[in-house]
Formats: sequence, structure tokens, C-alpha cells
Amino acid sequence: MSELAELAALRGTLDHCVKCTICESTCPVAAVTPLFPGPKYAGPQAERYRVAGQPSVDLSVDYCSGCGICSQVCPQGVKIAELNAQARHAMKAQRGVPVRDRIITRPELLGRLGTPVAEIANRALGSRALRTAGERLLGVHRDAPAPRFAGRRFSAWARAHQSQAGRRRVVYFHGCGTEYYEPWEGERVVAVLEHNGLEVVVPKQGCCGLPQQSSGLFDDARHSVLALARALEPYLADPATVIVGNATSCTLMLKREAREILGLEQDPVLARVAERTYDICELLLELHQAGELETDLQPLRETVAYHAPCQQQGHGIGKPALDLLALIPGLKVRELDARCCGIAGTYGLKAEKYEIAMAVGADLFAQARESRAATVACDSETCRWQITHGTGLPSSHPIDYLYRSYGLDEV
Amino acid sequence: MIALATEVLVIGGGTTGAGVAWDAALRGFDVILVERGDLAEGTSGRFHGLLHSGGRYVVKDPRAARECIAENRLLRRVAADCIEDCGGLFVTTPWDDPAYAEQFLAGCAAAGVDCDEIPVAQALREEPRLHPQISRAFRVPDAAIDVWKTVSALAEGARRSGARILTRHEVRALSGAGDTVTGALVHDLRRGEDVAIEARVTVNAAGAWAGQIAALAGIEGVHVRPGRGIMIAMNHRLVQQVVNRCQMPTDGDILVPIRTVSVIGTTDEHTENPDDHTVPPAEVDSMLDEGEKLVPGFRQARALRVWTGVRPLFQDGKVPALATRDLTRAHALLDHRQRDGVGGLITITGGKLTTFRLMAQQTVDLVCWMLSRMRPCATGSTPLPGSESGEHHRLGERLARKEATLRERQIVCECELVSRERLEAVLDETETTEIDDLRRRLRLGMGPCQGGFCSYRAAGIMHARGSLPVARADQALTDFLKERWKGIWPVLYGDQLRQMRFDEWVFHAVLDVEHLPADGGAS
Repeated sequence: MSELAELAALRGTLDHCVKCTICESTCPVAAVTPLFPGPKYAGPQAERYRVAGQPSVDLSVDYCSGCGICSQVCPQGVKIAELNAQARHAMKAQRGVPVRDRIITRPELLGRLGTPVAEIANRALGSRALRTAGERLLGVHRDAPAPRFAGRRFSAWARAHQSQAGRRRVVYFHGCGTEYYEPWEGERVVAVLEHNGLEVVVPKQGCCGLPQQSSGLFDDARHSVLALARALEPYLADPATVIVGNATSCTLMLKREAREILGLEQDPVLARVAERTYDICELLLELHQAGELETDLQPLRETVAYHAPCQQQGHGIGKPALDLLALIPGLKVRELDARCCGIAGTYGLKAEKYEIAMAVGADLFAQARESRAATVACDSETCRWQITHGTGLPSSHPIDYLYRSYGLDEV
Repeated sequence: MIALATEVLVIGGGTTGAGVAWDAALRGFDVILVERGDLAEGTSGRFHGLLHSGGRYVVKDPRAARECIAENRLLRRVAADCIEDCGGLFVTTPWDDPAYAEQFLAGCAAAGVDCDEIPVAQALREEPRLHPQISRAFRVPDAAIDVWKTVSALAEGARRSGARILTRHEVRALSGAGDTVTGALVHDLRRGEDVAIEARVTVNAAGAWAGQIAALAGIEGVHVRPGRGIMIAMNHRLVQQVVNRCQMPTDGDILVPIRTVSVIGTTDEHTENPDDHTVPPAEVDSMLDEGEKLVPGFRQARALRVWTGVRPLFQDGKVPALATRDLTRAHALLDHRQRDGVGGLITITGGKLTTFRLMAQQTVDLVCWMLSRMRPCATGSTPLPGSESGEHHRLGERLARKEATLRERQIVCECELVSRERLEAVLDETETTEIDDLRRRLRLGMGPCQGGFCSYRAAGIMHARGSLPVARADQALTDFLKERWKGIWPVLYGDQLRQMRFDEWVFHAVLDVEHLPADGGAS
């Protein structure tokens, strides 16, 4: 099947819509703004009016954040968010892509530029005057939660680190967030995996293309994800080897989204990579279920609020982080059931969407504050930054709690 | 009884009748058109939407092909807004005789139908759902024409030139003096009163019912032998261009993207009754099989509904019978003074939608001759109302319009994007009490849910405006649902079955549609 035929098949899922409106009633964006007409409207309904090659007329589809909740809740199997992504792509291809979108969707480029001058760059990101100028010039909202450059790269640490030969090898896909902004997260992931007898290899790798895809830059996104797949795939010779990632949106991109949304089902390398890719919590829970997870967990006397990000829900694996956190003695976990934090990757950074993103996240922020938890655990870095921005509470990846409970922070 | 007088009385509000009314009115004649139902409620509205390039007829009927391409070019100018310039392809599938393609090319050249062979790869890029084993593909200037828009525009154009368009007026008798028809006695079905219309010329444009009208004047042998064909509308546009099988025309060999759907057609079965709307399951089945040959997976795609159209196939009972197939697509203009010794009456029947303007022109030329007032035809150069800009319709138009008013306007029909304002404007204009009339004007209820959400909204709005008491609004709703259901059940499988189950919950479990309150009940 050609890429075009695949996209035609994706479009064909609109046939399943019975207009039940479940998607409309769960869409976090439509609930807070009239600028987005809702997933049923923008998806299966509007799609019947779209003709390839003709001008895009429904610019409101750009207000879809791409969180994917609509596709998850659809009882009929309509690929609503994916249809919206296609429409957004067609629109951007015709109308041109704002410079802003070209910049903020390139975490690698930003990371490379920012890392050597992290101190200055971070000061700039913290400067009210410069952020205001940035909003005017580029359309990145002055208050949006921009991460701080770590000033060092995870891959530099990984190159210097030698993993012990273990009973099984895993390939670590760390993503750009770990590489440039939170290298310590990567170190903790490696430590937890090694603690469980796994040998960790860290190939040279780039961006998965998700930010580009979600802004409708499909060609760039394809280029990114195929390059990443080709960087990871050579390590999969042993059938027991799997790829594991802590950036849950990025692992979802590898597993499913790139193939579905970008029409890459036929790429054999990506297919092999997709099949072997795991979310870190998914893998650890699987180990636990096989009796292979170390349970020398020390009590953590604290309360943590947990938010399962939309993209994590897109994996269709339940909420393995909750099961893992439940293994830790003494740890009180408060599950937050508000739907979405609003950020949706880069959506909430955009000046015209910042307020919407904050309104989407309001329920979650309130729940987090009311939970009286000291910290919030969440599987996606951009969501963590948004939650901290919206609540003032520190946030971290669920793996951090295992890391501390194993006592690995004291080694 | 009301008495009206006119120069030209047109019987039949289909494309042909409305075309005649428009032409005659443009030429300055005083015109009245009567139609027993709504405009385009008969054969015209039960059509797949193809504006022929002529390609379909180049081998079998070159004269029809030449007429089609000439009219196609002309209608693109005068009826631009009714037409979507989607283009068309003829493709040779593994089931088609490969030798036909050469005949087809030669036929196109001879008939003047523009035709370019394109690489198969290009055809598959343009239409990714097409059968990947097609061996040849030819581009022709087929297009899609919205028949309701066309007939509405024709009627509006005629009205602007002074014509009176009387829908729901049924002809009960033709009036006569000696051997001349002098008009008709019609019955206003809405007000329940008779109207006597005196006319110098009466044009019988009743299509498949033309034989019945001619019989009212005692004229025999106007055998309009109805040919019944089924068409199936698929939920969205499986193709964006008209796709024809490159073979001798047969059943189920054409897929037309029209507005939001694509329509596969058609069969051709003789029937005795022009009101015959039977849908034999075997025909549906064979149509879906043929669909698979054009678009693999056709049976998994969602079918919305099926309907039948009844072609008026004219066979003159006064001349030796010809093979029906050879007569079928030609139109017939009968001057009953010459043919039967009955003056003042013309019958125009047969033909096809693409050539309606030509049929009207020839008819009104005859009217001119009968009234001894020769006036040149203007329909070839006068744009229809709405088509003045020369811009073709685009599928995205409604979406664009809705986008501009997203926050203000309430949507009544979500599938076909009909706003409350548009609905109320049509109610103001037509004063109709039938939801099916709204459907023909607005496409209300023609989408995937087949009226599941919009029909009760429309009934409620009609009632809330004060024009329709509760019982009549209930009736309008149930009539419409029943009418929709007729077209749904023969294709009730897969996604559409799920939809109908859902609609059933809405209408039975939530609205209890079987026990709607009568007047005076809760409203």
C-alpha cells in the first residue's frame, strides 16, 4: 500500500462515526474555547468537505492540540486526532509555516545552540523583557513554560558510562528533553535499568519528529523519525533486545503515531523499531509481572500526585506508573483524573494558544494543589513543565521515585 | 376556482420543464410552470450527478456524445455555480476488454470529446483508492452537477423574467376547444382548490409521466417506457473525480463524486410504472460487486442509502418499434398538431440531464414557431442566478462559510452543515411544511446520520416559528423519517447499521417517536 493509499485508509475511518458526540464531550480544548469547533466537527464531519489540492478553508482545525483523547474515547474507531493532524498539515503546506513553528519544533537545534551558552540562554529565557520581545517577534508566549538548558548533554555522560553486561540488553531512547534539559533523568533511568540487571546501550540519536508532526510539518517529521529509526534499529539484532524510552510522547511517536499519521506503515525499519519500543514504566511493570523486577525498595515517606499524560494514554497500556509507584512502601499516591494539562508538546507555548492551554490545564492544576502532594509525577517532560508552571509544585518522572526507593541516589 | 392565463404553460418541474420555463421566460414569453410535487422531486432529483463529457457515449452513440460535450462546455459557463469541475477518468480495469480503449480514443477524437491518456501511476496518485491493476487511464472533462441547485436556479431565473412557478399543483385535465389544447385544469394540493390555466401553448415536460399527460388530450402512443435504475450513495468521496469503466456502458460502471458523497450507478431495468421505486436486493449486491472493481474495499466502505430513478425512455407507439437500447438516450420533441392533429400541445421527453438546455431550446423554438413569434434563444449566454461570477462550486464552500460564522450560527444539520439561519431563510421563502423540501433545498438530512439529529431539530424549528401546529410538526418529522428509511434499509449493513441503531435510540428511547404528543399535549 502506498503512502497515499494509507492516508486514504485513515480518511476512511470517518465512515465509522455515528455522531454520538462522545469525543466532543471529552475534548479538553473545545470545553474551554469557542475557537476550536470540536473533534467531531473538525474530524469526521469536516473531512467530508476536504479535497486534496484544494485550499484549506477551516483554519480552526489548528486549534486542535493533538492530545488524541478523541481518538482514545471514540467507541467506533474513528481516527479523529489523526484526521485533524492531516488537515493541519495540508493547511500549513498551503499557507506556509510560521517561523516560530520552525524554531520551537526543533528541540535538537535549540539544544545544540543553547547548551554551550546555557547560562546566558537561561537568563534570556527568564528575562521578562526578552520574553515579551520574543512573544512580539516570534509568537512564543512570554509566560509559557520554557525549559532551562542543563548546560550539559546526557549523551556526553552516556559515552563516558559503561553499562555492565547484563542478562538482557536494552536500547535506551532518551529523547531530546533528556539530552538537553534533564540529563539527570536519563542517568536515573540507566541506573534503574542496570539495578534490574539490564545492560543499557545508548546509541547516537536525534529527535523523533513529534513536535514537527504536531505542528503540521510532515516532511520534516518523516525525515526525523526515519533517521531515528535507522539509528536505533541496528541494535535490535538480538530478538530479546528492546528499545525503552522515558519520554512517553516520543515513544508513542515511534510505536504508532509516525506510522499512522505520517503514512509510514510500509517502512520496514520503522515497523521493526515500533514493534520493539517500550515506555519505561511499561517495561518495568512487565518485568515485575515476570518476577524479574528487583523489589529491594526502601520506604519513601511522602505523597505524590500522579498525572497520566494524554500521550501516555495513547499507548493503550493502562497506567503502569501507578502500579510501579504502588510497590514503593510508604509512598502515598494520589491519582489525578483531570484530563489534560493543556501543553500538548508545543501547543501551549504558542502565543495565540497559551491562554487556552492554561484553561485546559486548570482542572488538573486545581486537583494537584488540592491533593496536598509535595510533588507531581508525570511521564512526559513537557507536561511536567506545564504542571509546575501551573501549580508551582515540583514535578518529576515516575522513575525518580523508584530510583530513590532503590537507594540509587545514595550510591 | 382561480383562473389564470398565460402564453406558455409548462407541465413538469424537473430539469426539462424548469429549463423550458427559463428559456421561454428569457425570450419574453409569459410562462406558468406547474409541478405536482416539489421541484426536481421526480427523475431529476433521483440522479447520480454526472455532467457528461460525452465520453460515455462516444462509441455507442456518437451523436449523443457530441451533444453532451457541446452542452458540457456551455453549462460550465451559464450554470457555473451548479457545477463542480471535478474532472473525470475512464479506466481500463482487469474486467474490461482492453480493445475498447482504442475504440474509445477514436470515438473521442471523432466526437470532439477532449481526452488525454495519463500514466496509470498518475491516476493512482490522484485517486489512491482506485484499483491498482488498472491498465490505462484517460482524462475527460466530466463534471458533477448539483441537480437541486440547478433546478432551483432555473426556476429563479424564470421567475426573474416574470414566470410563475407553481409547485404542488397537479394537472387534473387538459382543457380544449375543438382539436386544440388551450391550457389545463390543475389542483392546488396545498390549498385544496382548483386552478384553471388558459395557455396558448402547453408544453408537456412531465418526463416519465409524459404519456399520462398526453393521454389526457386523448393522444395515444406516447410511450414513455420507464427505465428504472438504482444508485447508491457512499458516505464520503471515495474518489475526487468521476471514474468510469472504459468499456461499453453497462450497470454499475460509474462512480460520481457529488457534494459530500460518491454515487455509484446504475442499473437499467424496464418497469411499467414510473412511480416504481423498487430496490431489488440482487441489484444492490451486483452494484457493490461492480464497486469493488473500481475501488477495492468498496463493500467495507459505508453506504448511506440507495434510491431509484426512473428514466423517461421514449418509444413512439406510432412508428415501428426500434430496439429500446438505441432509442434510450435520445430526446423526443413531439408537435402533436403534426403527429396527432391536436394543436397547442408539445411533448418533450426522453433525453438526459446534461442536454436539458438543448432540449429546452428546441422546445421553445417550436413554441416560437407555433406562436409565430421568432425570438432568439438566450440560455446559451445568460448565466443562471448564482452563476454570474463564473466560479464553479467547490466542495469546501459550506465548510468555509461555516468557518466564518462558527461562533454565531447554530448548526441544524451537522453532516451537511446547514445553519439555522439558512433553514429559516428557506422556510420564509417556500413556506413549506415538508422536511423533504428542506432536504432538496439544503441537503438537510442527506449525510451519514440520515436525519438522525437534524430532522427533529428542523421539526422543532418549524413548530417554534408558529407556522406548524404540534400534530403537523410531528407528521413532518415522521414522514421524513419514513422517507429516509426507504432508502436506508436496502443497504443496512456495517457502519450504517450501527448508525441506524444509534438513531433508533434517539428516536425511540429518547423521543418516543411513536407516541408524539398531539395538539394541546406537552410541547
